[in-house]
Amino acid sequence: MEKYRLKLYVTGRTPRSQQAIDNLRRLLEEEFAERYELEIVDVLEDPQQAEAHKVLATPTLVRDLPPPVRRVIGDLSDRHQVLLGLDLQALGEGDHGGTDHD
Amino acid sequence: MTEGAPPGVGKLATGIPGFEYIADGGLPAGRATLLAGSSGSGKSIFGAQFLVEGIRQWQQPGVFVTFEEPPGAIRDNFAALGWPIAEWEAQGQWAFVDLSPDEEQPEIAGEFDLGALLPRIEHAVQRVGAGRLVIDSLGTLYSQYSDRHMVRRALGQLMAAVRRLGVTALVTAERLEEYGPVARFDVEEFVADAVVILRQVLNGDKRRRTVEILKMRGTSHQKGEYPFTVSTDAEGVSIIPLSAIELNQPASSERAPFGVAELDALCAGGLLRGSVTLVAGPTGTGKSLIGAHFATGDPGERSMVIAFEEGADQLRRNAAGWNLPFEGMEADGTLQIHAAYPETAALEDHLVRLKKAIEAFRPGRVTIDSLSALERIGSDRGFREFLIALVAYLRESGITTVMTTNTSNLQGGGIASEAQVSSMTDTIILLRYTEQQARIKRGLVVLKMRGSDQDKAVREFTVTDRGIRVGEPFAGDSGSLLGFVRG
Repeated sequence: MEKYRLKLYVTGRTPRSQQAIDNLRRLLEEEFAERYELEIVDVLEDPQQAEAHKVLATPTLVRDLPPPVRRVIGDLSDRHQVLLGLDLQALGEGDHGGTDHD
Repeated sequence: MTEGAPPGVGKLATGIPGFEYIADGGLPAGRATLLAGSSGSGKSIFGAQFLVEGIRQWQQPGVFVTFEEPPGAIRDNFAALGWPIAEWEAQGQWAFVDLSPDEEQPEIAGEFDLGALLPRIEHAVQRVGAGRLVIDSLGTLYSQYSDRHMVRRALGQLMAAVRRLGVTALVTAERLEEYGPVARFDVEEFVADAVVILRQVLNGDKRRRTVEILKMRGTSHQKGEYPFTVSTDAEGVSIIPLSAIELNQPASSERAPFGVAELDALCAGGLLRGSVTLVAGPTGTGKSLIGAHFATGDPGERSMVIAFEEGADQLRRNAAGWNLPFEGMEADGTLQIHAAYPETAALEDHLVRLKKAIEAFRPGRVTIDSLSALERIGSDRGFREFLIALVAYLRESGITTVMTTNTSNLQGGGIASEAQVSSMTDTIILLRYTEQQARIKRGLVVLKMRGSDQDKAVREFTVTDRGIRVGEPFAGDSGSLLGFVRG
């Protein structure tokens, strides 16, 4: 099955960056183990990529695949909003064959 | 008037026509200047042209940070002006930082800040080696993010970064009122050292654009509002610096003859080349005729007639009636007639159009018949500015100019335009009706001929099928009768 391709844009090694990375890793491992690829982009090191993808706020999480592209901004502490924003739940639900157990 | 100019703040020439004059050399180099104006006041084109001229005139690359329109729309808009932005991007002379709003609002899941703003701008500046930076426009973030503290912090950091980068920056900001607060959202506190305001004021149904430098801390500038035009061709913004214009006088001592011996004799051989002459008089005295004589006075010189009152066909018929070779010269390509009805365009647009026609034809002499028509459409101030700009342009181009104007009072007496125009002209030829022995006759006198001696006598003249005949001075002291003021 198709994997999620995700990019997380952060600004340097700030506590907020680290928090977003930790929050996201935890969520992905718990809900989507083996079904995602995650790349972390530090906009201080790769501003060109931030320009190409029009990233202004950090942290920004981008779902590149499957289309359409979806974005969530913030430190990802609100797990419900992350799932909603990336539309991850729908696919998860499809795999689990139900909508009423969540 | 200028403020004191302590050393330390250098200026960077923008290349925008006229701006260096009002800014005493340009924008404060290596600093940020706020460019505030209402919607549609020309901020974006002014900003873009700052970059365009840098590339065109000095090969100095620039970065355009857009918070509003996406780069694609900006490229398209300015391609219509003939500015090849995409080409410059490919050559590494122009870079966009695209902060235009996304169509879809992203979901918010926790705390964030605008952390990619500075890295992206710094990257673009370093990538092209930019000396110029435009940010259009600064307040936009306030309408995109509800967290005002975060936006304030980001703007503060942005302006600090601009100073650190050493680029000369033009930062636009939206205003809601033409004579209200400097800008929306108090963004001027982030760019407090230098402020330029663009305004568009409606006069009747005509729009008048002005630019004013509110302050330039640490360096001098001209005060007050200066009119400017926004052209729809590559020229873009053009500022009309009023007080700069009366400085240069025609240096030539060569003459441009009317081709009428008596009239040329009155003017010491003809009008000074590159000078400006006003022919003023009431309806029917022969202003247009004198203009037509001038237009055909030297068959070897390219001549342009700009008609605001009558159509080209009517002018040709008039000239034929006086045996003046309009049609022959048109056939030779030495005469062009441009007829325009002033009601159809704003004064600024007339100016731009006339300049274009003159640049294409390159005449040695221009006849404008008549200014009175133009006066109907603008406020007095707008009219004066139009004239000053036109006269300045003609003079700069070394073109000998004759303009006619109507005086509504048959016996003379000053009307507004005459007083306004006379300060800008080198020579005034006054035409009047006068009563002599119970008959109405025409009188003519040459006043105020800068740089030469002229015959100041009031002479009778007649209109014949060969054009004008200038006769002898009227006998006796007819000055008061004619309403002439001796110059």
